[in-house]
Amino acid sequence: MITIDKKTDVPAPRGAEDSGGSLLEVRDLHVEFHTRDGVAKAVNGVNYSVNAGETLAVLGESGSGKSVTAQAIMGILDMPPGRIPKGEILFRGEDMLKMSYEERRNIRGRKIAMIFQDALSSLNPVLSVGYQLGEMFRVHEGMSKKQAKAKSIELMDKVKIPAAAARVNDYPHQFSGGMRQRIMIAMALALEPDLIIADEPTTALDVTVQAQVMDLLADLQREYNMGLILITHDLGVVADVADKIAVMYAGRIVEQSPIHELYKRPAHPYTRGLLDSIPRLDQKGQELFAIKGLPPNLLHVPAGCAFNPRCPKAQDVCRTDFPALVPVTEQDGTELPGRRSACHFWKETIHG
Amino acid sequence: MGRYVARRLLQMIPVFIGSTLLVFSMMYALPGDPVRALAGEQAVDPVQIAAMKKELGLDLPLWHQYLNYLTGLFQGDFGTQIATQRPVAEEIARAFPITIRLALFAFVFTTVVGIAMGVFAGLKADMLRDRTLLLITLLLISVPSFVLGFLAQVFFAHQLGWVDPNVSPEAAWDELVLPAVVLGSLSLAYVARLTRTSVAENLRADYMRTAVAKGLPRRRIIGVHLLRNSMIPVVTFLGTDIGTLMGGAVVTEGIFNVQGVGNAVFQALRHREGSTVVGIVTLIVIVYLVASLLVDLLYAVLDPRIRYA
Amino acid sequence: MPEALEATTKDATAPESVPAAPPAEKDARARSLWSDAWHDLRRNPLFLVSAVLIVVLLAMAVAPWLFTSADPRHADLAKHYLQKPNWSHFFAEDWFGYDIQGRSIYARVIYGARASIAVAVGVTALVTILGTLVGMLAGYFGGLLDTILSRITDVFFGVPFILGAMVVLTSFEERKLWVVILSLAFLGWTQIARVARGSVITIKQADYVVAAKALGASTSRILLRHILPNAMAPVIVVATIALGGYISAEATLSFLGIGLAEPTVSWGVDISSGQEQLRNAAFVLIIPSVMVSITVLAFIMLGDAVRNALDPKLR
Repeated sequence: MITIDKKTDVPAPRGAEDSGGSLLEVRDLHVEFHTRDGVAKAVNGVNYSVNAGETLAVLGESGSGKSVTAQAIMGILDMPPGRIPKGEILFRGEDMLKMSYEERRNIRGRKIAMIFQDALSSLNPVLSVGYQLGEMFRVHEGMSKKQAKAKSIELMDKVKIPAAAARVNDYPHQFSGGMRQRIMIAMALALEPDLIIADEPTTALDVTVQAQVMDLLADLQREYNMGLILITHDLGVVADVADKIAVMYAGRIVEQSPIHELYKRPAHPYTRGLLDSIPRLDQKGQELFAIKGLPPNLLHVPAGCAFNPRCPKAQDVCRTDFPALVPVTEQDGTELPGRRSACHFWKETIHG
Repeated sequence: MGRYVARRLLQMIPVFIGSTLLVFSMMYALPGDPVRALAGEQAVDPVQIAAMKKELGLDLPLWHQYLNYLTGLFQGDFGTQIATQRPVAEEIARAFPITIRLALFAFVFTTVVGIAMGVFAGLKADMLRDRTLLLITLLLISVPSFVLGFLAQVFFAHQLGWVDPNVSPEAAWDELVLPAVVLGSLSLAYVARLTRTSVAENLRADYMRTAVAKGLPRRRIIGVHLLRNSMIPVVTFLGTDIGTLMGGAVVTEGIFNVQGVGNAVFQALRHREGSTVVGIVTLIVIVYLVASLLVDLLYAVLDPRIRYA
Repeated sequence: MPEALEATTKDATAPESVPAAPPAEKDARARSLWSDAWHDLRRNPLFLVSAVLIVVLLAMAVAPWLFTSADPRHADLAKHYLQKPNWSHFFAEDWFGYDIQGRSIYARVIYGARASIAVAVGVTALVTILGTLVGMLAGYFGGLLDTILSRITDVFFGVPFILGAMVVLTSFEERKLWVVILSLAFLGWTQIARVARGSVITIKQADYVVAAKALGASTSRILLRHILPNAMAPVIVVATIALGGYISAEATLSFLGIGLAEPTVSWGVDISSGQEQLRNAAFVLIIPSVMVSITVLAFIMLGDAVRNALDPKLR
């Protein structure tokens, strides 16, 4: 059993000690996968940061690199075939990619925790939920089995699982989908980490349950003042919870923005397309918009802007020149804080 | 659970009766005659033979003989050997412990070494050590166990002189090492392959990713999360394996001259001692049935998704 | 009606083939399970090696005179008693030396293939037919029939194979080829029956079977046209591997002195008689043993390769 310095039960105030730097900062991250058919470049130079108490939504279709980035932060990429040729992942100013296995292991679960999409397959089917929750305390805090069980029940109460004490010895398959996802959340929360990465936490759930789980997550984040990275493909889910958003396409961030501004004025045709494809009550009866075409094959990403084959505004320059992620300004040139777009025609898109 | 065990025990009864009846009828319905076998080549008065048969109940129809046998069996009477006039139970009590010891030894060897090899290879599927294991297991499966036995005997007993080629009638533990390894080698190959496949498959499971994300130490991830799941199919195999090892012991005992049930069956077959053969096979069938029941129960412990009603 | 059924039959294979591959993918994979497997097999070295071995072994069994001009039964005690092998005399009469009766071991090994392979092929054919029949009936009809057939399977499964074969075979004064085949098949069909039953139960619930039933196809048609072809994949894999096992079993029984016997030429017979010279002339025993091992290996590799090709998930 590994025992690391025991923390007091009172949660320390987060973010206060180093309010200067970001909690987590990803710098120019590249991830590639070596497959039989060639090298798939899944992430090509991603930059983003999260502060304590802040929620960053990362939006994108499957294959956009949003989950791969998260897995790289968590250190759970399969390597090989995965490889990180370039980039830094700074946690409280320290590059985690340079840390030893043990150093990273001490951060995982304790400082940064992750919530996965499919709770049924992500929980171990042959171990009771109490055991799986208690494992966090036993491994990281050196608690006895009995203490760990008491803490597990406490956690299950916290995420509002009814009759927690009676159900602590049940197995994952005995819970409903929503309850299982609550257990995943409880497991991530167990050691009150500084940062939680939630990878499509509600995608596998019914719509009504989705809202409950999302609210729970947001409440807990506020309570503990944690940083949260919320990965999703659904713009509807994030509007109420996120502070800022990064839209990813083909392994790159194509637009960054504070959340509400993005909804009001998207600065990238891809984001615009995503927004237009959300069903809206006031447009009942009209045909729903859909972005044409398929996400690019990561083995053969189109030249120029990766989105050009699907973009309604594409010009010749889009097929030849790669657009950099540049700051977005008002028409008069005043800067819009936190806004960036990787489109040759961002001006036309946002102001047009 | 209790009801399940009861139902399984009830189901064992027809299988038990069926197996004994099968062996019993094979022994008695097919040509060959114990009384004549006793007389050997000498000419014996047919009247005398008929009298002997009547005395032993061998003139009765098959079903009646079987009924008599079964009745005796339930009273703990395995019958009497015709040639020696000794109770069969005595022969079984002598030979059975030796074979059990041999089979158990082989079983432990199979389980420990097989699982270790399988985990070792499965953790790095498709790497050199995985390929090597696949090759070794292929060879172990292909070489018949008696060939392996002879090779082991030539090498360890005749060439190196480490062990005696023949096991003494007491069959001490250390003498059984070589026979047990030979006996277990086929099962070892199966266990290693099964473990390897299972480990390699579970390694890709989502919950393994979760375990890493929880910051668990590597040996806990493998020892608790991976192994618990990977052992499920292996345990199923091991359950039927005990019976297989007991059966396979016949061959190994022949090579190393172990005085176990294989030897006893062999002698009994030569003398057409039906009750000895049936008794021993019956016991092996019981061992097999009990082992598979235990395994099914263990299965439920390992995999909570299985519920017995 | 038959037309409608043909249509469902075609659809039936759909779940096994990927519908339409995205254009980016190089080769469209709209092939059936078997042609897909064949595609994989052709480039698998394991399969190629085992296939070549098996072809050679089958040729030995069918036409041994192509491999040697020597007579396996010709004994010349005076000249060749336990003469050691001449490893450089490839394919010559004295390549593998001579046995205790002065017979060419090379010739005996070539001619021995026939009996050993005949036993294995014969037993495998019988157990496959019987096992599939029992498994299919039990799996498809379920209920009381399944209970009875499954219990009977349990009975035969519980009796250890070699021990059972010993009991059966000692009763025969003269153990001809067909006696050995029938005895082994009588005891060996359970494994296939269990595999076939499991496979049929899964397939029975497949949509295309339900559809065929809904269209009013007769039971025999469903069994023969829909269930049987789809249930055969695991059966064939198990049967191929079992074939190797029966080669081994024949040799084991001969070793115990209750398999095939002289004057039949078989690897098992030679292994059995080779035991006595284990200490002074091990090659007499080892050479036919190696032949047995190679043959078993070939069939097991073939079974492995076929299984991998049919179920890439297992890789």
